[in-house]
Amino acid sequence: MTGTEFNVRIPPRSIAWGKWGWLAALAVLLVWSYSVGEGEILSLFTREGFIQFKSYIKNFWPPTTDGAFLSIVGHAALETLAISIGGTAIAAALAMGLLYFASSEDLIGAGGEWDATAPYQKMLRRGIFISSRALLNMLRTIPEIVWAIFFVFAVGLGPFAGTLALGIHNAGVLGKLYAETIENIPRGPVEALRASGSSRFTAFSYGAIPQASSQLIAYSLYRWEVNIRAAAILGFVGAGGIGQQIHISISLFLESRLATLTIAILILVNAVDLLSGYLRRRLEARF
Amino acid sequence: MNLPSASPPTRPPISAGQFTITAGIAAAIVSAFKFTEFNPLLLAAPGSLKAMAEFALGFFPPDLSFTFLATTLKPAFETIQLATAGTALAILLGFPLSLMATSTFHLHGSLFEGDPIVSKSQKFLFATPYWISRLMLNTMRSIPELIWALLFVRMAGLGPAAGILGIGVAYAGILGKVFAEIMEGADTRPALALRATGATRPQAVLYGILPASFRTLLSYTLYRWECGMRAAAILGFVGAGGLGQQIEISMRMFEHHRTATLIIELFLLVALSDAISSHLRKKFT
Repeated sequence: MTGTEFNVRIPPRSIAWGKWGWLAALAVLLVWSYSVGEGEILSLFTREGFIQFKSYIKNFWPPTTDGAFLSIVGHAALETLAISIGGTAIAAALAMGLLYFASSEDLIGAGGEWDATAPYQKMLRRGIFISSRALLNMLRTIPEIVWAIFFVFAVGLGPFAGTLALGIHNAGVLGKLYAETIENIPRGPVEALRASGSSRFTAFSYGAIPQASSQLIAYSLYRWEVNIRAAAILGFVGAGGIGQQIHISISLFLESRLATLTIAILILVNAVDLLSGYLRRRLEARF
Repeated sequence: MNLPSASPPTRPPISAGQFTITAGIAAAIVSAFKFTEFNPLLLAAPGSLKAMAEFALGFFPPDLSFTFLATTLKPAFETIQLATAGTALAILLGFPLSLMATSTFHLHGSLFEGDPIVSKSQKFLFATPYWISRLMLNTMRSIPELIWALLFVRMAGLGPAAGILGIGVAYAGILGKVFAEIMEGADTRPALALRATGATRPQAVLYGILPASFRTLLSYTLYRWECGMRAAAILGFVGAGGLGQQIEISMRMFEHHRTATLIIELFLLVALSDAISSHLRKKFT
């Protein structure tokens, strides 16, 4: 024997048929999906498509900058900002209000008292828990734009309808996020409070909420970032804000105004992202 | 004997910064309500209560007749197609951009250890792809998919193509940013080992970073596909087809029984994609 003996075994590559099956299914899915818009997408890459594209893009520049329009844009942007803040606040308030009911027995009844609960109470509590989770699910599933149509019908055109729409839809989203957060906290403090005689609600408020509060605030800020984008489009159904101006500009083929409005959205969204990010970092540093 | 006194821990005082932030948030919320003419009484007014009740009751019972259900099949499939094709386009656009937007590949970090020292201007030059791709990704994700879709409607016509392009561009911005963040957080040791054996930086990324991050990237993409389903449904409201368009039409025609059916279908679709994506994510990670 000469030289050093190496005893390294490289694992043989196995052909995983399961993997190929998944890939094939994925390929079929993709081809089928593209078939829905194939004609239009391919037409973008023809000569005519390109010429059309060029003339369309040209209309965007320069963006409209006359004073009257800018003040409209400014007002609309402020309105969008206000809708997003108000909507997030309503959502957070509703979600907090529902959080106790949407928290499982496993959390609130920590300490094994479930077995000692009377059957009718068990049923009542389960009923409340399931129906509040179902309510949150319903609020979340109906898109904000459908809520907006509903509230425009109920309270009339304008930013109030948009605020309500964002608030109701996001109450469902935040409710779910809050509930998931609170389910994952250590049970110790809740159990200790229950053992020393606190009521269920007190144990929940002082044993569970403080542990989760910074995470709850962080989630609310994150939703604010999502909501500023949503608020920008609610105007399409008459719920106020910058979306209404975009709708008008598109309907009237005013591309240079569209450019101004798009820039306004860019500024607004980035400003909110920066502010929310700053607040979240402050929050992390504090807790 | 000197026992430590058993006084309960004192609350730290509220700092000026904390106070300012809390007051600022409160002021922002109050002025937002003022600005949007917030008036809960409007909701509770007997007239609007009655209107809302009528409106809500109008949804019941959902129209479950076979003929109507059959007509909703195509839009439901269209929503799936929009979401899938849109997400695929987003990967196509977003992944290459994310490679440029990963700071550890272009700016600093352990992958640069042992590199010859370059001048400031050269460093600046090497960083340009990073800044350009970051700017592009930011613009793509700051504009909501609905507005992207509207911009594309003029080019691709009213229909699913505008929706695919809208989701594709907006989600490419999100995927690109998140992909870059995932790769920035990846373990660099395999890549460093490759560098030590003489691999170039792109090779080290390709064989050292990508395989390790692949599952996380895939899992996040699946999550985005799920979000795409919701987005695709909403895009219908500007004419991109799918369930959203049907919901919009039925609401405009005051056919609320049908709206209810369509919303239920949307719920089922989202729940289904939720289940599929979380099943696949568990399988892959």
